[in-house]
Amino acid sequence: MTDIPQALTVLQAEALTALEATADEAALEQVRVRYLGRKGSLAAILRGLADLPPAERPAVGKLANEVKERLEAALAARREALQAAARAAALAAERVDVTLPGRPVPMGRLHPSTQVLRRICQIWGDMGFQIYRSRDIETEEMNFELLNIPAHHPARDMWDTFYTMVDGILLRTHTSPGQIRAMREFCPQPIRVILPGMCYRYEQITARSEIQFHQVEGLAVGRHVSMTDLKGTLISFAHRMFGAVRRVRFRASHFPFTEPSAEMDVECMLCEGAGCVVCKQTGWLEILGCGMVHPEVLRNGGYDPAVYSGFAFGMGPERITMLKHRIEDIRYFWTNDLRFLEQF
Amino acid sequence: MRVPISWLKEYVDIPLPVQEVAERLTFAGLEVADIQTIGLPGSALPWDPERIVVGEVLEVRPHPDADRLVLATVEYGGGQPKTVVTGAPNLRVGDTGHKVAFALEGARHWDGTSPTPVSSVLKGRKVRGIYSDAMILSEKELGLSDDHIGVLLLDAMAPVGMPLATYMGDVVLDLEITPNMARCLSVLGVAREVAALTGGRVRYPQTRMQAGGESIEGRVAIAIADPTLCARYAATLIADVTIGPSPEWMRRRLRLAGIRPINNVVDVTNYVMLEWGQPLHAFDYDVLVRRAKGVPQITVRPAKTGELLTTLDGVVRPLAPERLLITDAAGPIAIAGVMGGAETEVTDATRAVLLEAANFHFVSIRKTTQALKLPSEASARFGRGVPPSAAAPAALRATELMRELGGGRIARGVADCYPAPQVPSVVVLTTDEVRRILGMDLSRAEIERILTALEFRCEPQGETGLCVTAPDHRLDIGTGVTGAADLIEEVARIHGYDRIPVTEMADRLPPQRDIVPLNLEEQTRDLLAVAGLQEVITYRLTTPQREAQLTPGNDSPAERAYVRVANPISADRVVMRQCLLPGLLEVMAHNARLRDRLWFFEIGPIYLPSGATKLPAEPRRLAIGMAGRLASASWRDPDPSRTDFFDLKGVVEALLRGLHLGAARFEPTTHPTFAPGRTARLIVEEHEVGFLGEVHPQVRAAFDLPPGPVCLAELDLEELLARVPLTHRVAPVPRFPPALQDIALVVDDGVTAADLTAVIRSAGGPLLADARLFDVYRGQQLPSGKKSLAFSLVFQAADRTLTDAEVEAEKRRIVEATARRLGAEPRA
Ligand SMILES: [Zn+2]
Repeated sequence: MTDIPQALTVLQAEALTALEATADEAALEQVRVRYLGRKGSLAAILRGLADLPPAERPAVGKLANEVKERLEAALAARREALQAAARAAALAAERVDVTLPGRPVPMGRLHPSTQVLRRICQIWGDMGFQIYRSRDIETEEMNFELLNIPAHHPARDMWDTFYTMVDGILLRTHTSPGQIRAMREFCPQPIRVILPGMCYRYEQITARSEIQFHQVEGLAVGRHVSMTDLKGTLISFAHRMFGAVRRVRFRASHFPFTEPSAEMDVECMLCEGAGCVVCKQTGWLEILGCGMVHPEVLRNGGYDPAVYSGFAFGMGPERITMLKHRIEDIRYFWTNDLRFLEQF
Repeated sequence: MRVPISWLKEYVDIPLPVQEVAERLTFAGLEVADIQTIGLPGSALPWDPERIVVGEVLEVRPHPDADRLVLATVEYGGGQPKTVVTGAPNLRVGDTGHKVAFALEGARHWDGTSPTPVSSVLKGRKVRGIYSDAMILSEKELGLSDDHIGVLLLDAMAPVGMPLATYMGDVVLDLEITPNMARCLSVLGVAREVAALTGGRVRYPQTRMQAGGESIEGRVAIAIADPTLCARYAATLIADVTIGPSPEWMRRRLRLAGIRPINNVVDVTNYVMLEWGQPLHAFDYDVLVRRAKGVPQITVRPAKTGELLTTLDGVVRPLAPERLLITDAAGPIAIAGVMGGAETEVTDATRAVLLEAANFHFVSIRKTTQALKLPSEASARFGRGVPPSAAAPAALRATELMRELGGGRIARGVADCYPAPQVPSVVVLTTDEVRRILGMDLSRAEIERILTALEFRCEPQGETGLCVTAPDHRLDIGTGVTGAADLIEEVARIHGYDRIPVTEMADRLPPQRDIVPLNLEEQTRDLLAVAGLQEVITYRLTTPQREAQLTPGNDSPAERAYVRVANPISADRVVMRQCLLPGLLEVMAHNARLRDRLWFFEIGPIYLPSGATKLPAEPRRLAIGMAGRLASASWRDPDPSRTDFFDLKGVVEALLRGLHLGAARFEPTTHPTFAPGRTARLIVEEHEVGFLGEVHPQVRAAFDLPPGPVCLAELDLEELLARVPLTHRVAPVPRFPPALQDIALVVDDGVTAADLTAVIRSAGGPLLADARLFDVYRGQQLPSGKKSLAFSLVFQAADRTLTDAEVEAEKRRIVEATARRLGAEPRA
């Protein structure tokens, strides 16, 4: 007669060793079948239980159950361990080189001039200045005469002009003729408009000068518009466009269509006013021209200059972009080299 | 305008550092573009006050061993005189008494022989056997000019031993003169600004002549043909004058101001022009007498047909009838205000000078200057306006200076023809008006103080007004409201723009409106950028040839009507574009060498001359250009597909969807720019809005693009955007699951996707929510001339989940309809 308790002890030791030795779940299953299966070793031992005297059965039966439970627990633990190892191995096998470049996303972008024009128009829009689009090809009368720049007047020297083959028709040299068009359209209502658009100058194309460039003109007309308003409004604009802490100053200047005329300088954003190459060591950048609308121009727009007053200003988005980003060649804007455009 | 501070100080005190004066001028509208320092600290090479001093040449002896060199003994105010070796041709053996710039050992000066500016330090050395540790400097060595032929000779009154920097160091302001500031094209004009800005007063130079000769009356006669062209012609006469070089101080000032010294008479005309802003011209009086065979009769008149004049640059100039001339009985003697004639010019032999101080209308001068391309200091001033009142003081001042410098006797009086004397502007200005424009209160006293400082005459008028009379030198002051604005500008700029307060606009906000086409245009830009296209902006000036390249085979493009530039700056920018595509193709060609993927768009106007009006139409267009790969090659996809027609169409469809344009269709068509069979026109709400297609290979080659499909679209943006609905309805999201069914239908090759899709949709009825074509197959499994189109069908009911039987019935109806109407068969 075999000694069942001893057989159980031997089986437990053997089975535990076999479990430890398994490398994968298939081997684990084999071990389970061999020891714990219906035809396995434990079952074989337990079949001998019936031959025992009834008094011994409960104690041996309890022992047998304990061995079974212990082995099942060990089996589950081993399965858990093997699965964890397998998962870890699988993840290790799937590891990627995270330093490889990402898949390129084909991006579209707006032209830098569009971007800055939008920014300018948005700021002015917030202050109630609405966009007024005017034409590129203008009459000499609109571009010059009605803006208080008569033919042969010395002020004409300020604009090098492309004329067309049609007498009296030219490519606008500034967005200012739109002032007259807007005034004639809205008179006698008050006006707050900005006029973005392309302008043209008869100039050699160089790093510093172009034959075409954008301008954004602004115009406010009303019964109570004064130079203090001009300063306040333009300072608000400068603070939003260039930063709230930036200092702003106004210098006397001359434009035939405004009087008094001024130029607005903004503290250089490249050197914070300390002086650098871009600001020619002055600490200031010239940003825009402005002034109170000249009485003649108001009159030409239909407004009585003794009752109405107004201010106007004009700035160059490309120039502003160049100053902000330290671009030294204006030709980049119309060459449309992606190496330039992709930087915006 | 270049103004030496030393010269300016003659007329006005400068109580501030130069830098500060420059800043005040700039803020007041007289922009100081540059400040140049000469000899003083701050210059590129300051003159050492210890080592560069005024010297006096005591003796010049021959060099014992060298013919070309001399030995000069120089007294310089320190110990023993020094002897130096020099080769200067203006120091000759036997000379004595010359005042010179004398450098001692250790002085730093510019290298006289180097072509580029190089400084060096003076060291004692032997020159041909004679030891010398000092040097007489040339202008170049001092940094005054490029002249290194002789040494600089100073005026006789220069004090020996004085540091040269003290004697003639200077600062020159370079001023940008705006058109309204033409009065500051003179040192006196600038002095007036300085006086007004610093509370000073202008000291005007003496304008009295010591006239020792007989009266000018009867010795010259003057006539003006048209007083609107010549408001004044004044002349003085000086006889027995000796032509020679001007004194060094005058030559120095002229040079600093940018004018080359010539001789005392010519230099005086230039000097007084710089001082007063009044151009002057000197004639050789004896030549005039000889030409007239008696008393010269000077007439200012327009040229007659066929007249010629040899100007003093030696050029024979035919004179068009609009040229204003100074003539005598024998013909032209000068082009008024622009250039004198060669025959009557002042030469070394001149003994008597007739000095002209005249006033010519700026338009006439500008036209002549432009036509003859003869810009000059005189025409620059006349062309911007000179007050007629300036002629008399300038003539007196210049004539007296000629006498002082060249001797001679001045004829008494001025021959002055002044048919239309200048009328001063008178303006009434009130404190209310100042407040209305500037937005701030300025007292009448303050306004009066500022205007008086600028030499305006002010009389109180009423409670708050001033009656203001402009000084003669102010041609820029108008009358009425304009005159008031002119005065307010003066008040504001002298008061200081920085002292004007800052307010927010209190005026009524104008009616606000939405500008729909502008908004939609910006939305279009965004949609295309989101679709992956780069926006570009190209030149709007182009050539007809460039645009003709879009229509190959058209060897003689009809002379299209363009907006043509009359004065093009280059041959490739002569007309305003009528198409956006050439610019876009050029951008693609430019970038083809740099990037794999070329997806671009541009939005902007084209320019179409219209017969009815002089101004062209400027309709806005949208152009799309796509070529190259769908993405740049990467390690994930080393060979991405190439862009083709359907990528372009996909972008256009995305745009149409984004704009909520419903009824759009693409119709096959032909177009000379595009390859046959790969061209469509876009119809939106039964309106043609543009073309899209793959570019014809000839066009691609003409624009130098690499092989591979190049896809272009040009759409009429206004036509397109006009059809965008103001708002669109959003359908509810179904609560019940859709039923999905795929079918593949075999049809003849000639049946289009659009035909088949239309039949499916109409047969599908309300339960067919979508029919998306997802595969096209031609090949071995099908008979030739047949193709299979596979659709993914989505069936959907709003109120229930569809049963299989319902879906099957729908599908069967579709299949039957396509069989009946297009001969389609379900693919096995
Ligand atoms: Zn800076």
